[in-house]
Amino acid sequence: MNGESIQARFRLAYPDFTLDVDLDLPGRGVTALFGPSGSGKTTLLRLIAGLARTPDGYLAMKGEVWQDGADFLPTHRRSLGYVFQEASLFPHLSARGNLDYGMKRADACLDRAALDHVIDLLGIGGLLDRRPHQLSGGERQRVAIARALAVKPRLLLMDEPLAALDLARKREILPYLERLHDELEIPVLYVSHAPDEVARLADHIVALEAGRVAAQGPLLDTLARVDLPIRLGEDAGVVLDTVVEERDSDWHLARVSFAGGGLWVRDGGHAVGHPARVRILARDVSLALNRQEGTSILNTLPAAVVEIAPDAHPAQALVRLDLGGSPLLARVTRRSAAALNLTPGQCLYAQVKAVALVG
Amino acid sequence: MSDADWMALVTTLKLSAVTTLVLLLLGTPVAWWLARTKSRFSVAVEAVVALPLVLPPTVLGFYMLVALGPNGPIGGTLITLGWHHLAFSFSGLVIASTLYSLPFMVQPLKDAFAAVGERMTEVAATLRANAWDRFFSVVVPLSRRGFLTAITLTFAHTVGEFGVVLMVGGNIPGETRVLSIAIYDHAEAMDYASAHVLAGGLLAASFLLLFMVYFLNRRYQVVHL
Repeated sequence: MNGESIQARFRLAYPDFTLDVDLDLPGRGVTALFGPSGSGKTTLLRLIAGLARTPDGYLAMKGEVWQDGADFLPTHRRSLGYVFQEASLFPHLSARGNLDYGMKRADACLDRAALDHVIDLLGIGGLLDRRPHQLSGGERQRVAIARALAVKPRLLLMDEPLAALDLARKREILPYLERLHDELEIPVLYVSHAPDEVARLADHIVALEAGRVAAQGPLLDTLARVDLPIRLGEDAGVVLDTVVEERDSDWHLARVSFAGGGLWVRDGGHAVGHPARVRILARDVSLALNRQEGTSILNTLPAAVVEIAPDAHPAQALVRLDLGGSPLLARVTRRSAAALNLTPGQCLYAQVKAVALVG
Repeated sequence: MSDADWMALVTTLKLSAVTTLVLLLLGTPVAWWLARTKSRFSVAVEAVVALPLVLPPTVLGFYMLVALGPNGPIGGTLITLGWHHLAFSFSGLVIASTLYSLPFMVQPLKDAFAAVGERMTEVAATLRANAWDRFFSVVVPLSRRGFLTAITLTFAHTVGEFGVVLMVGGNIPGETRVLSIAIYDHAEAMDYASAHVLAGGLLAASFLLLFMVYFLNRRYQVVHL
């Protein structure tokens, strides 16, 4: 009923796979569709784009109905941009020709200044006269993103845009995606199975598992849930949005603060006052009843136990902590949990061994 | 070359051009359907399309003659409608050679369309192109080599056909007498000199045509189309 959100209900049954989702996605920001391969992420994205079709579906994009059962708006009439997993540039056109392809056909497209801005943002200004085979994988994907944005879509769909790239190319392209994230006004649905990408880019997360929604909500809250990390396995952890407080040039460290405390992280080059997103994996957090002396760990924070839950392995437990309003997850052995006699409400110290600055 | 031979050349070129054009219009949708369909019928359709490759031309020509003649289902119907039957006419010849050359148009196009892949048309759909637009702005340019091959092979194959023409068209100068039949006539009449001129010319022209196709195909490949 909300005219500002994206409502998507789809049911689809194949012999070996069933998709059954009912989503109310936020009308702005990046929503990650996250899950292992075969969980239905790409299928869901294709249903939203109209590239796949099921009669049992309903899709409304900010009040505009794109599908209601058999009533189906074909893909080319949906105001969306789609970035495919692998390079999908038209090989018979130059990079510029690829950008023009959609702009010639769309009802609305970016004006010259806005297009130049996107070209600039994605760093493809010097590549426009080249043919796709003359571009690297990362460059092709950047052109493909610009091409999708050039038609001024109301919704941007990205299907694992980095999955086909090697680590170096991923590192090359992620900063561009982050810049887009900061500037785009439109909602983005970003399919990924990589927790680090999700941690860097997403505002919201929909975790899919075997065609069903396992969890959904704002990223920071959802990652801190103890029932979801089981599915994230080794990558269970929280993301915190912080602000750079001070920089220590002697030791190349920066202090970032958030509701509930501060952390020393490796200096990522951000200026003081700049927002920074950090990720703390549950396995990098240990617990102590007293503040430890003589330790190499830089970050020790007072915390309260909220919840203790079983982890994927029976030897381990996940402890959800509260740092003055911000969540933190710690992975400890159940034996340690028993030895410390962990109980909800208990105050103790969280020792953070590693903090990754992700954006 | 005698006037009759020139006339045969013109008839041949006319027949091949018309047949190629008709097949381009008919064969393209058939090839597109075959390349994309998941229907079980497609196997049967594919087999029918390929039939002319293995049938003796006289078999196809015989059935066409029966169908198009005054007592056949097509020719008979035309006569009751007050028209002429199509046996021994240029129109009949076009119909027969269209069928006979069908695989030469459909097969290369089908392979080319299949090679384009669905991803490219999906991309075009997300960039606001409707189905016709997708076909002409993406599929056709990416299938250029397939079209080149299909058109050339169809044309050359029609130039070279003999059995079907003899059965359906007969040997009417200016109407159905084509080069291959003229060569046959010259050989029958022991006029080897004239037969050599036509046969040699046909051989050279066919070689040149195919050479061009393969040359262009290779060149396109080098520049990644």
